[in-house]
Amino acid sequence: MMRERYLNGLVLLLLFTVPLWALINDQPFTITLATRAAIFALAAVGLNIALGLGGLVSLGHAAFFGIGGYAMGILAYHAQTYTPVMEVPFVIDGTKSMPVIWLVAMVTSGLAALLIGLLSLRTTGVYFIMITLAFGQMFYFFSISWIAYGGEDGLSIYIRNDFPGLNTLVPINFFAICFTILCLVLLINGLVARSPFGLALNAARQAPQRVQTVGLDPQRLKLAAFVLSGVITGLAGALFADLNRFVSPTMFSWQTSGEIMIFVILGGTARLCGPVVGAVVFVMLEHALGGLSEYWHIYLGALLLLVVLFARGGLVGLIAGRGVAHD
Amino acid sequence: MSTILIIEQILNGLQSGIMLFLMAAGLTLIFGVMGLINLAHGSLYMIGAFAAASVAGLTGSFALALIAAMAAAALAGALVEMLVIRRLYATDHLDQVLATFALILIFSESTRWAFGSFPLFLDIPNYLSGPVTLPGGIQYPLYRLVLICVGLLVAIGLGLLITRTRIGIQIRAGENDREMIAALGVDISKLYTLVFALGAALAGLAGALVGAIQSVQVGMGEPVLILAFVVIVIGGIGSIKGALIGSLLVGLTDTLGGVFLPQLFKLFMEPSAAQTSGSALASMAIYVLMGAILIWRPTGLFGARA
Amino acid sequence: MKLKSLILTTAIAALASGVSAEGIKVGMITTLSGGGAGLGIDVRDGFMLAIGQSDRSDIEVVIEDDQRKPDVAVQLADKMIQSEKVDVMTGIIWSNLAMAVVPSVTAQGKFYLSPNAGPSVLAGKGCHKNYFNVAWQNDNLHEAAGAYAKGIGYKNSFILAPNYPAGQDALTGYKRMYQGELAGEIFTKLGQTDYAAEIAQIRASGADSVFFFLPGGMGISFLKQYADSGVALPVVGPAFSFDQGILQAVGDAALGVINTSQWNKDIDNVTNAAFVKTFQAEYGRLPSLYASQGFDTANLLISALETAHPDDANAFRAALEAANFNSTRGKFEFGPNHHPIQDIYAREVIKEGDVYTNKIIGVALENHGDAYAANCSF
Repeated sequence: MMRERYLNGLVLLLLFTVPLWALINDQPFTITLATRAAIFALAAVGLNIALGLGGLVSLGHAAFFGIGGYAMGILAYHAQTYTPVMEVPFVIDGTKSMPVIWLVAMVTSGLAALLIGLLSLRTTGVYFIMITLAFGQMFYFFSISWIAYGGEDGLSIYIRNDFPGLNTLVPINFFAICFTILCLVLLINGLVARSPFGLALNAARQAPQRVQTVGLDPQRLKLAAFVLSGVITGLAGALFADLNRFVSPTMFSWQTSGEIMIFVILGGTARLCGPVVGAVVFVMLEHALGGLSEYWHIYLGALLLLVVLFARGGLVGLIAGRGVAHD
Repeated sequence: MSTILIIEQILNGLQSGIMLFLMAAGLTLIFGVMGLINLAHGSLYMIGAFAAASVAGLTGSFALALIAAMAAAALAGALVEMLVIRRLYATDHLDQVLATFALILIFSESTRWAFGSFPLFLDIPNYLSGPVTLPGGIQYPLYRLVLICVGLLVAIGLGLLITRTRIGIQIRAGENDREMIAALGVDISKLYTLVFALGAALAGLAGALVGAIQSVQVGMGEPVLILAFVVIVIGGIGSIKGALIGSLLVGLTDTLGGVFLPQLFKLFMEPSAAQTSGSALASMAIYVLMGAILIWRPTGLFGARA
Repeated sequence: MKLKSLILTTAIAALASGVSAEGIKVGMITTLSGGGAGLGIDVRDGFMLAIGQSDRSDIEVVIEDDQRKPDVAVQLADKMIQSEKVDVMTGIIWSNLAMAVVPSVTAQGKFYLSPNAGPSVLAGKGCHKNYFNVAWQNDNLHEAAGAYAKGIGYKNSFILAPNYPAGQDALTGYKRMYQGELAGEIFTKLGQTDYAAEIAQIRASGADSVFFFLPGGMGISFLKQYADSGVALPVVGPAFSFDQGILQAVGDAALGVINTSQWNKDIDNVTNAAFVKTFQAEYGRLPSLYASQGFDTANLLISALETAHPDDANAFRAALEAANFNSTRGKFEFGPNHHPIQDIYAREVIKEGDVYTNKIIGVALENHGDAYAANCSF
């Protein structure tokens, strides 16, 4: 049984050193894999804030992932074709600058999360799961029919966007950007979880009526958590689009929502680094099992099943034991 | 837009809704009685279709194929319930989602391993094919009328089962208070296996019936699964009546929306833009409907008190 | 003197062997799992059959499954170029995956030979000198259907396709050649399986013919429902809903339908006859047009390797452009945008014994290129 803190440190250290090792051994693809894991981890950390802290099981988080991705896609597309995004009522040009794109991605997904949250939080339990799924599906079908940005074919962005001072096409540089963002977000996550807001949210998840008697509004707490969660997943979406230099409606699909949820559950819900562990393990499995057989999904399914049945609390729970009191 | 066309489309909507009901009924029972979110329901639908295609291919009898579909799906359901699902009742929804999602992966790839990657052949029997003339001069495929009848019969049968039999009483009691009926001496594990197998059989039947006019291939269950979830949420979890009303609503919205929304848009847009926007909105229509109903009634139309 | 000529001959021999004996690595990314796997499996099997039949032992093929997911395809492409260091890439079935992968592959200087997907962007504005399409440009088979419809005298067609770029291209291609009246034009939902509503509209529209593009399971569903509905209008479509893999699942409902394809098993030439025979012997099933496309792609590659190596990009490109290989289609040549100029046949679905298959009934378009070549410049 390892203290959770040490496990977190170990995981992050591993995620940091493996790409360095790959750099020395000239294996750029491993760096790309690590970047993919880091971005998925970021998306899952976002979901974990709503899911683990807030108890909101959102099966539509791909909506924010996709919004972030399309924010990047649309801005970069207009930049590479030298046309403005819109001319009326005021001119907005495309941009290839990462910080600007991230800002736009976060703001738009935050606004979407606000809207979706306001409507969905009127329901609870399975109904909440379904209504979030419904919103995800609406975005999915809408993006397929939005021919201006590729529709089902998606949008290809030919070169990676710019980050001041770095050549972002070099794999290790882009990995560094994603990893730094992941660590920053984890730090924020940790701080939030321990802040008065985080404590109140935790209480609201477990005993909403008591929170109300103390004078706080559990609905507002949950909405705030949902919006924060959407913002982070949106940022991950923009980074994902940059990694693949491609954006498509698949980013909005319910399968993507399911995958992000798997990262969280696999790693350990409500654990700080649970999403990171989940994402890393999933990416490794996807990569390694694919070589075993054409029917490797069977092995993946069997493994996931074993984890659910015998490793309550996910992988982090297995290694670090039960954490802070949970229901 | 002739009246004949409208009536035909309404019939189409009813038929697709009724088939959805077969899936939704099983799903809502399983969730209502056992509190279990079963994402693998779509796989049971697929197993039914594949079993039907195999048996029809071997024996040439559609009736045998249907029986085989229900039996295979029920058997698969019972096995899965005893081996896996049983351990999930005490866990929360998240673990159930992950576990049943893992089951989807296993079922889909195993089916592909067993049957290959190409779609299978399943066709409606000759005595059920071809159109019939309905009063009013409408030509409508006989098979679809049969589907509507079968669906209604199943609905009536389920209703009778739930309200008039001992099992039905146990099911309704189980939906209300699980621990109490266990304390009162009902064999819970047998009841659960039975309910799960019943839901699975219905899904398998739907798979076989619908597979005959669509394609039998791996992954055919997932789109239906999503729709079935939409239906039970609209109708209210645990309510068979809700599942019926919900599925008819969804079926009608989907069919009529797909036909009439583009027409509506053509009134104030030029034809090709109207087409694309209309069909885009039509695909979203069901979700918009569900969202609207949930905002108005957060536990669905006939759902239990919040 | 003797030593000098010995050195000279050795040098020339080394030079010559250096050109043709140096091996290459091919990266194939295709769909081998999930619902659409049949097409990827066919392409792979056709490709590997040709590689196996050639005398060369120096072609290494790395095959990976993209699961029909664009992000997985991009990741695999990165892996193949960065890790496996492949020289040539191929395999992608779907246009949306092709759009994700091909631009960056060609931008990194690698050659891409498409055995299937032929999006219009890559044939026109977005074309690249390293990109070759051995199958067709996406619109081609639909254009042929339109030409056939016009030739046969259909005046009032009802057309439908799913609401996504390939579907829109399909209807555009048909209308380009057909030029008759349209009784109706519908975009269905992608993945839709119940066409009762659309068939009802066809019945009510007064059309004299139906054209549809509904790949995979969608087409199977539509055909079965259409056959059952009693609307007996003649049906025309591209080969995608009538290929060998799908026909067995549709059965009688497909009999008599006319579909357009650049290949059929009864095209009369030596290469094709041998291909059909050896494919059936090796894999136990009749080949589809996808298998023929994989086979032709491999043979094109092998033919180019006879005279050049990808390391000398210009020479290899010229060798590819020459297309000096025996195609299952008979004559084969590339247009200026590296897309084929070929005959497209009209074929009818028939039953041979127990097996449903196609039979050529005529030529719909002769020496046909594509509509986007003029926009391409490299």
